[in-house]
Amino acid sequence: MKRHLISAADLSRGDALLILDTAEELASLADRPIKKLPTLRGRTVVNLFFEDSTRTRISFEAAAKRLSADVINFSAKGSSVGKGESLKDTALTLEAMGADAVVIRHSASGAAHRLAGWVRGSVVNAGDGTHEHPTQALLDAFTIRRKLRHANGRGAGLDGIRVTIVGDVLHSRVARSNVLLLSTLGAEVTLAAPPTLLPLAVDTWPCAVSYDLDSELPKSDVVMMLRVQQERMTAAYFPSVREYSRRYGLDATRMARLPEHAIVMHPGPMNRGVEIAAEVADSPRSTIVEQVANGVTTRMAVLYLLLGGTEFPEVAA
Amino acid sequence: MSATGQPVAGRDGLAVLDAEEIRRSLTRIAHEILERTHGGDEVVLLGIPTRGVPLARRLAARIGEFEGLEVPCGSLDVTMHRDDLRLRPARALGRTELPPTGVDGKTVVLVDDVLYSGRTVRAALDALTDLGRPRTVQLAVLVDRGHRELPIRADYVGKNLPTSQREVVHVLLAEVDAQDAVMISDEGRSA
Repeated sequence: MKRHLISAADLSRGDALLILDTAEELASLADRPIKKLPTLRGRTVVNLFFEDSTRTRISFEAAAKRLSADVINFSAKGSSVGKGESLKDTALTLEAMGADAVVIRHSASGAAHRLAGWVRGSVVNAGDGTHEHPTQALLDAFTIRRKLRHANGRGAGLDGIRVTIVGDVLHSRVARSNVLLLSTLGAEVTLAAPPTLLPLAVDTWPCAVSYDLDSELPKSDVVMMLRVQQERMTAAYFPSVREYSRRYGLDATRMARLPEHAIVMHPGPMNRGVEIAAEVADSPRSTIVEQVANGVTTRMAVLYLLLGGTEFPEVAA
Repeated sequence: MSATGQPVAGRDGLAVLDAEEIRRSLTRIAHEILERTHGGDEVVLLGIPTRGVPLARRLAARIGEFEGLEVPCGSLDVTMHRDDLRLRPARALGRTELPPTGVDGKTVVLVDDVLYSGRTVRAALDALTDLGRPRTVQLAVLVDRGHRELPIRADYVGKNLPTSQREVVHVLLAEVDAQDAVMISDEGRSA
């Protein structure tokens, strides 16, 4: 594994499987009386969040604490300093505090990459603008493997599993990371979205594209609904929320078109009634709550693999 | 602990135990466990991955043959508790699987292939503490090669093997390596 986790593209199939297999072993920790391991004792993990987040920040915090790392939460929202400068100054502060890992969320795409050039510790990208969110993709892959590959999926990829990612791909770092990671793991990914919500270079991504959700549903093992990110929308991408919801929202009727074993995923937070109907979100097919639980486990695996070993992880195969 | 299942053919080394001797050692250890625990009551066998796990299963099977007793058997991964994690790249984790009976109030027998510095066992004791509170903890190993770095000793030993620290001991088990043997070699392929 590389020293940082900036993009899902940093992960080879072997790296990704190592993370999923490690997460699989760590999952049993949740059933034990003492949900803590001493592995990262004396290490410091800084959560550097320039953007709102509940589940990701809490998830990283829980993951680091369960590995006995010291956690410093840094919420930089409302900072008046210019973006680039403030990020570099913050990086120097973290450097002085001796952070072994920095988990960063930032509204600017590429922020995690920039930060990696300034600090000695490992940088974990927890979402940078509309670019990437690799740990979300890892926890999604982990959830898919646990649900669709039987009991002990250790060592198994996602070969042949058909995943349809639906909705606001343009603004979604989750979609990009998932397309990269899931295809590395052998899944067949299809993006279903209105043309206005697909990025320009989508034809270079390792996936298929469709404008018609209904025709994709019967061949999907996994449907992943994306949040319509109205806060990032600066233009009219669709005529009305109602129309979007009619064509690309997942309601009970649409869900009935899915094969019986198929699961419904959503990275959260959900807009109930927009991209996903409440009855779908709360149905037994939805893995939304499991995704949150798996998030802690997967992030523990990432932190362990980045920080648990030698100071020179480049030597690692 | 020896590394993962490499093909044996071509590896230089001296066989110090063959399959038959391993079988006899385990039979003796199984009898000793029964003797020391007054009939194997409340015993839980926990193998330390990788090769401690099949050894624990074999011991459980042996005890079952002798006494018609089903001994709970599981595995205990110690990777996250090791003291040398920072000296090497992060390692893949082994499996921790407790039998449904748990370990509280039981006589836990830890099972490993080679006892060397004692650091693995130290880590295992820590890992075990997080899982419950056994009444007693004992240690069974197939080979004790000496050179302890911690005040730890085994309760059941298959074979005491005087070694130099330059030597490497490999335990091969059919479940992992397709054959049973204990090899000792001189070249420093580190454990």
